[in-house]
Amino acid sequence: MEWSGLGSVGSISAFWSQLVVIINHFKKLLSGKSLLISLPYLWLILLVAIPLLIVLKISLSDMGPTSVTDVLSWSQGWPTIKINFSSYLFLASDQLYIDTYLSSIKYALLTTLICLVVGFPFAYFMARAPKYLQPMLLMLIMLPFWTSFLLRIYAWKTLLVSNGIINNALLSLGVINQPLAIMNNSFSLVLGMVYSYLPFMILPLYANLSKLDLRFLEAAADLGANAFKTFWLVTVPLSKAGIIAGSMLVFIPAVGEYVIPELLGGSDTLMIGRVLWDEFFANNDWPMASAVAVVMMLLILLPMSLLSRYQSEQAESKL
Amino acid sequence: MSKIFARTWLIMVYLFLYLPIVTLVIYSFNDSPLVSIWSQASLRWYSALANDRDLIASVVLSFKIALMVGLLSVLFGTLTAFVLSKYKRFYGRTFFFSMATAPLVMPDVIVGLSLLLMLVSLQHWLGFPERGLLTILLGHALLGTAYAAVVVSSRLKEMDVRLDEAAMDLGCKPRQVFRFITFPLIMPSLISAFLLTFTLSFDDVVLASFLSGPGYSTLPMVIFSRARLGLNPSINAVAAVTIAVVSVAVIVSSIYHVRTQRKRDHEIAMRYSDGSQ
Repeated sequence: MEWSGLGSVGSISAFWSQLVVIINHFKKLLSGKSLLISLPYLWLILLVAIPLLIVLKISLSDMGPTSVTDVLSWSQGWPTIKINFSSYLFLASDQLYIDTYLSSIKYALLTTLICLVVGFPFAYFMARAPKYLQPMLLMLIMLPFWTSFLLRIYAWKTLLVSNGIINNALLSLGVINQPLAIMNNSFSLVLGMVYSYLPFMILPLYANLSKLDLRFLEAAADLGANAFKTFWLVTVPLSKAGIIAGSMLVFIPAVGEYVIPELLGGSDTLMIGRVLWDEFFANNDWPMASAVAVVMMLLILLPMSLLSRYQSEQAESKL
Repeated sequence: MSKIFARTWLIMVYLFLYLPIVTLVIYSFNDSPLVSIWSQASLRWYSALANDRDLIASVVLSFKIALMVGLLSVLFGTLTAFVLSKYKRFYGRTFFFSMATAPLVMPDVIVGLSLLLMLVSLQHWLGFPERGLLTILLGHALLGTAYAAVVVSSRLKEMDVRLDEAAMDLGCKPRQVFRFITFPLIMPSLISAFLLTFTLSFDDVVLASFLSGPGYSTLPMVIFSRARLGLNPSINAVAAVTIAVVSVAVIVSSIYHVRTQRKRDHEIAMRYSDGSQ
């Protein structure tokens, strides 16, 4: 018989039982937990990890005459890696890029600071408002979120341009003689960013301040602290987590913002998101755009590590 | 004194938040082609809207994409939230967690660029996907997954584990626990995650611009390209329509929310009174 080539019946059954063990192993892998984990895992690897690796790879490659030359190439059957730092070198040597990064950080910091100065009292007063009013006050903060961000930025454009609604109103009232220059400069840029990100500052601050134990404030008052001292020495330290969370939620998206500088900024208000866009769409320089992106990510990782240090417990319990 | 100050501060900030929205709506009824100069009231820009083919096509495209994004994001967001809340220890959990939060903290331009470069290489190797509806959908669904995961997991965190345990003690299989206990309890958060991701997709211009191909312009892309060129009264009309739709949706959903809450409170009260008899 041809079977004899495989050996005795015993070895076949041994082989069979081995096969069953292997199949069961795979079944176990595919069942329940593993399947549940691997589905979102693969989805995120495909859409987060791989794209970021590709950005890194392209940032290290050279812009050829027509297309990007690959970092990894095959010559005579062997993989060859050719790393090209020219984009990074150009980035570090060109004053324009350095200025742009610095001014992005400057505008983002300014936006964060203004949001904090406006948002902290707001959240504080909101948390002190009558309990029955608070859900409505909160909803009024969230409501603009549901209407298009783009349209709200566009609305500021109609308000701020030199023959816009604000200037026309002030001119007809006789407050000013000539239109104010409040559009396409750093004023309109920061105004637009404060407007868009203020709710991101208010919401975590409110969540934090509404849980504040009022007895601490009473205790401070009993011990003779005045209102300012109580605020500075009790309220602010107790709401530190909210301040940090709110500041990060404003600062991080503000650094890379593209739409607001494009619609409200001027030619001299340099923002890095806009530079990345132009490198990619106008200059078609993929390695340069990727290098700009990599450096931008590194810039964001720094405040983010701060955030995660303060928030890791909170975030972990949330997710 | 301090009360007046507090009230003034609150009112000023609300005015600041609502001023642009209100002026957009008011000036959408302005007859003049110059956006910022009021001439007389008219519905002219609304009738122009009805004949604006590009705009209507873009609304249809955006709506299609947003609908699918909502569903995909809720699916993957729920899976992500479920895995993170249920399995505290598995290989690469930290990596998984950082991947799930990365889209929330990365600027849109980076997400858009990285996804586009990935899709270009994918197309280079496999010959598909062509840039268009599918690629925009993937980009928005990635962002949506991250947001939906946050929404759903905050709900999962509030859930009482003892309910699951009770169901298992009563003989439920894990699948049945999910079907009859977890799912009904997280349902409200799934709906809010859907609405949130739908809105995100309907509102995004940066990712869509990176990922779209010729012939596929979403509504925000059309608005953005017009707004870039200058002021355009047709945008005011679009804004007014959007705001009307959103306001109606918010009012209806809050009425529904209040009603179900009342019904539930009533039922709980009834049960308690039954039990005491």
